[in-house]
Amino acid sequence: MKIVVDFDKCDSNALCVAAAPKLFEVKDDNFLYILDETPGEDQKAALEEAVRNCPTGAISIEA
Amino acid sequence: MPSLERIVVVGASLAGLNAVEALRSAGFDGTLTLVGEEQQLPYDRPPLSKQVLAGDRDADFTALRKPDRYDELALDLRLGTVATALDPATRELTIEGGETLPYDGLIIATGASPRSLPDTPDLAGIHTLRTLDDSLALREAFDAGPRVAVVGAGFIGAEVAATARGRGLDVTVLEALPVPLERAIGAEMGMVAASLHTDNGVDLRLDAGVEGFAGTTRVEGVRLAGGETVAADVVVVGAGVAPNTAWLDGSGIALGNGIVCDATCATSLPGVYAAGDVASWHNPQFDEQMRVEHWTNAVEQGRAAALNLLAGTGQATPFSSVPYFWSDQYGTKIQFVGHARSDDEVRVAHGAVGDGQFVALYGRAGRLVAALGFNWARLVMGYRAMIADGTGWQAALDHAAQTQ
Repeated sequence: MKIVVDFDKCDSNALCVAAAPKLFEVKDDNFLYILDETPGEDQKAALEEAVRNCPTGAISIEA
Repeated sequence: MPSLERIVVVGASLAGLNAVEALRSAGFDGTLTLVGEEQQLPYDRPPLSKQVLAGDRDADFTALRKPDRYDELALDLRLGTVATALDPATRELTIEGGETLPYDGLIIATGASPRSLPDTPDLAGIHTLRTLDDSLALREAFDAGPRVAVVGAGFIGAEVAATARGRGLDVTVLEALPVPLERAIGAEMGMVAASLHTDNGVDLRLDAGVEGFAGTTRVEGVRLAGGETVAADVVVVGAGVAPNTAWLDGSGIALGNGIVCDATCATSLPGVYAAGDVASWHNPQFDEQMRVEHWTNAVEQGRAAALNLLAGTGQATPFSSVPYFWSDQYGTKIQFVGHARSDDEVRVAHGAVGDGQFVALYGRAGRLVAALGFNWARLVMGYRAMIADGTGWQAALDHAAQTQ
């Protein structure tokens, strides 16, 4: 499972951070950082919520 | 309760789409019909007042999913299809033309439509903004370099004004109330939001009730209650939205500021759930009946209604939610979590209003109930979790003092 973020679309709303705080961080520069690009299965539900809740549809999951 | 073999979702926008996706991902493999009034595949509305209206993005940018996703979901997809009636006794939905769609389970996500001002004449140049077609029409109208009047300084009005200013247009914003956005973010912060307009060259008129329009075939201006006429070539009315429930008349479903639901998004009719802008549900988080018109609510509630329909009465989970919305205006990212009332205590807990980067917290009855941020996404979303956890007001202020 690999996290792919389209940074051209990302608008740093930080909803992914709320859904999956172990995977994403928005820093004070207002940019998004991926903390773990290849998370384990235990993060699957959180990551799926982050994908759903992203207002710009910027996050996808590669198998 | 019949077993669920046929589920119909009415409304093919954000809540409806999330409902059908949740149904399939939870393993529902029966017949799944998605009925949508518009011709387009489901699209995203937030860009309609921003990137699309600005001319920075085209219509295809708003697609919520790639076309092949709908094949993957194995949907009986009915676009350009208007639902006209619901018969709970036979469990049938009627669509325009008279065809009936039987259901075992039904999710209503028919959204809301812009309110128009009373006695609005039929003049060219008066717009509302809700659909992709609305956005494209307004964008084209902006191409001619018109003087723009925006009626209503709510979020749609504010974003339209900001986008119009970004396109170099002269903009007047007319707000009937003394403070914009007071119901959403309180009076003090409403005035802060108002200053974004005036700082960016908008002629903002507060306490400016609209009495009518000038013009014979095309609009030429907006007449105010005081007698003044504000000249305008294009008028955008952002007077809020009304839930789309007229088609349910005669169904017996309980209505009242939308479709009345319990905490699990179940309506008064068996096997019928509602989600998104049309649904008024009892939100356990605030112990209050609420109807929330925000993007994130459509995603979360569409999913919750779907999963509760599958779970069945008795097994359903209350949909407890801390509302969230964002708005981008003049390069400022406004984010709000929670549920404010006009008498909340409001404290700027991070940054300073004058710097254009701050977070304000809202307290009520000893609890943290909301947070508003300007250009500070990192901090705002943390407060969503704290509100959900029932964090006390003093504890929230202490936390803020230790966090920068």
